[in-house]
Amino acid sequence: MGIHDRLIEDVGLRRGVSRLTPEKIEKTVNAVLKNETGARLKVYSETCMRCGMCATACHYAQSHPDDPSYTPAGKVRQTLDVLLDKGGKVEPDFIYGMAQLAYTECNLCRRCVHYCPIGIDTGYIMTVIRRICHKLGVTPQYIQDTAHSHSATFNQMWVKDDEWADTLQWQEEEAREEFPNMRIPLDKEGADIYYSVIAPEPKFRTQLIYQAAAIMHAAGVDWTMPAEPGWDNSDMCMFTGDFEMMGRLKRRHFESAQKLKVKRIVMGECGHAFRSIYDVGNRWDGWMWHPIPVVHSIEFFWELMRDGKIKLAKKYPGPVTVHDPCNVVRGRGLHEKLRELVRFLIDGDIVEMASHGEHNICCTAGGGVINCGPPFKNVRVAGSKSKAEELKATGVKTIVAPCHNCHGGLEDTVHAYHLGMEIKFLGDIIYECMEKPEA
Amino acid sequence: MHSPALWDWEPGKRVILASTDLPEGVVWTEEPHVSPDGQTIATLARLEDETFTAIVNGTPWENSFEKAWLPRFSPDGRFTAVVQQDDEWTLAVDDTLWEERFDYMWGTQFSQDGSVIATCFQAGGKYGMCVNAAPWENLFENLNQSQLSADGTSTAAVVQLLSLKPADLDAFQAGVFGVAVNGQAWDSKFLNAWTPTFGAGHNVAAQVRTSLYDYSIAVNGKLWPELYSCVWEPCFNPATGKIAAPVRIGGKWGMAQDGQIIWEPVFYQCWQQAFSQNGQILAAIVAPDFGEFTVAVNGKVWSDRFPVVTDLMVGADGACVAALSSENNRNWRVMVDGRVWEGTWDMAWKPVISPRGNHVAVKVERGGRQTILINGRPFDKDFDRVFDPVFSPDGTKLLIKAMNMGAYFRVVTPVA
Repeated sequence: MGIHDRLIEDVGLRRGVSRLTPEKIEKTVNAVLKNETGARLKVYSETCMRCGMCATACHYAQSHPDDPSYTPAGKVRQTLDVLLDKGGKVEPDFIYGMAQLAYTECNLCRRCVHYCPIGIDTGYIMTVIRRICHKLGVTPQYIQDTAHSHSATFNQMWVKDDEWADTLQWQEEEAREEFPNMRIPLDKEGADIYYSVIAPEPKFRTQLIYQAAAIMHAAGVDWTMPAEPGWDNSDMCMFTGDFEMMGRLKRRHFESAQKLKVKRIVMGECGHAFRSIYDVGNRWDGWMWHPIPVVHSIEFFWELMRDGKIKLAKKYPGPVTVHDPCNVVRGRGLHEKLRELVRFLIDGDIVEMASHGEHNICCTAGGGVINCGPPFKNVRVAGSKSKAEELKATGVKTIVAPCHNCHGGLEDTVHAYHLGMEIKFLGDIIYECMEKPEA
Repeated sequence: MHSPALWDWEPGKRVILASTDLPEGVVWTEEPHVSPDGQTIATLARLEDETFTAIVNGTPWENSFEKAWLPRFSPDGRFTAVVQQDDEWTLAVDDTLWEERFDYMWGTQFSQDGSVIATCFQAGGKYGMCVNAAPWENLFENLNQSQLSADGTSTAAVVQLLSLKPADLDAFQAGVFGVAVNGQAWDSKFLNAWTPTFGAGHNVAAQVRTSLYDYSIAVNGKLWPELYSCVWEPCFNPATGKIAAPVRIGGKWGMAQDGQIIWEPVFYQCWQQAFSQNGQILAAIVAPDFGEFTVAVNGKVWSDRFPVVTDLMVGADGACVAALSSENNRNWRVMVDGRVWEGTWDMAWKPVISPRGNHVAVKVERGGRQTILINGRPFDKDFDRVFDPVFSPDGTKLLIKAMNMGAYFRVVTPVA
């Protein structure tokens, strides 16, 4: 079995492939491999021993235990190795399968790096494959549309300039019924905190903005949100392979914070955006680190807890389990702070999944996979079988997951495997349990 | 009083408002703003009846509003805010409302002398700009990145020219975005257009993307002959009308002028370029190595390098180039003409260069106290809060606008 035995029809992939020629493929493949990769890819491609350790790491492989084509090494074998072996001389139909595999069967979660004896980062290799696919114009329809939105509006949901500011004012107005002196300060120069979110929040999860504002207000935080584009920290261009647009988005994000002369950026509960700002997009722009300190909500809420700025009126009923988002755990090591915070918030135990902390299993939505849309939902959900089994084994009814994409993926998993669990953001729990002195 | 020559330049301290305590009926106020001449301090305020108003030098406006935001002073000293009454939005200027009403408004901008005010608006799901209360005749599907020319005679914005169905990749990649100038769209459409910029004679240049992979600069809708793997915002040479823009070639950044390379692509980054008014100096923030930023002036790179460089300013006659550096938002320093001033700061603001380029003033903060650096030396007092300084037209004095203990005052100090 292999990717070409399980092709799924997608408008974007089909459209892209229909415009390819073998000559264009060869030229593009070799241009990317020659000009945009180096020793890292060569080392990876030449040192893999096919030992199979990575098979135990990947949730797709775990969920399809009889099919080695789902293993990280198997994915590389079906993509990069073929390109290298054939010097880029492959047919358009091959590109279809390669793109489907790279965009929808690898979450770039980097769990396999931990299990590989020589540390091969298959996520990086799949990123190179995605870059080639982007350059060939072969990307899944839905994630490409999201990338278009980023380029046109600087956010991923086609939120227009007026809709953004209007939404913040609407949430502020709503919140004043509960907190009479509530403000969502727009463009407040010199604030300690610049709070950035991802576009699904103003689009259809406005309660998260409300809750964040309530927490900031109750904790007495000096904060602001930008009135102009730059407010969306998310980045599907990083995942489609459009790195030029990724750099443009990160520049806009950081410059909007620099313009306001803030001390730090605090990001909402999102994983991939953190990766984009903290590790990838900032570096395409030439910054070695982030030009303004960036703090994920896990760490920010943990600081508020440590400093006694969150006071609880009650504790959230446990037990719960904690889902570790890959990008802030393997990417930033926030798993202990996450647990300290959850212990502070809940009445009961944290029941760990068999794989947790830096060894967590991905939600199967990350890496832009969920953004590839409905055509690939069943593949994604099938790939989360091992995650579902670990969730079920905890026996608890609540999952704490501080990441938007993780919520999306886990919701599908909970539904598909009839787990009967609810999924909570940290902000949900803090808002529900905190003292509301003015209320 | 717009002309800075007519401002009060008598050296000394003048208290404008002895106390910024809340007037009766005010529940809380937002952050204060001060007029360019420093004679007025204003803020938006929440009233006991749950409406909003503005308070100017301690006196509330007569009008109050359901909502108010985007408080700004025009260069000629008028206080403006975007306000909502009866679920409709308009602009309030010195407590007088524009007659035009919209479903939403944002993006207030001013001409250089303050006589022209432009905003963006949305009405019935269509978008345009409004100039001194006169809306564009043509409206668009979407509009962003608006600009008002310095003389106030023209407006421009990136506009969406055609409707897009959800996830219609072909339609998007055929090009649905362009630039509208005074409400008239360019003939050409692109995948994307960004940062329209005015030059002399109301020429407009913008970054554009002609395919997913090809970027260039369009001038009045016409493309430069070369395409690049990426570009950043263009700017006009005020003296010659030529246009310079950073371009990416072979993975490195350089500078092109009217489509010709003038700085070879050797940088890891190159952006925020600016010309002097006389057109003799072109400066930009550059990264000669990964993670190492500095400034290049006419292609010559300064020696000191930092993790971050921002806020590049070029003096009017090109006699002075200044910028800020930081270690990822800590230890801010001021760089002037390739030399780094002594001392580091918790935060620093955009340098202000005197008209003849012989003095530089910078607002800085350390330990929660703010002051002004003048030619590298701190002013002899610090403040709870200080606003952007202004040089007198002859460059011999500096206006410092500041607050301490709730009092707002202006200080005029001679510059040695």
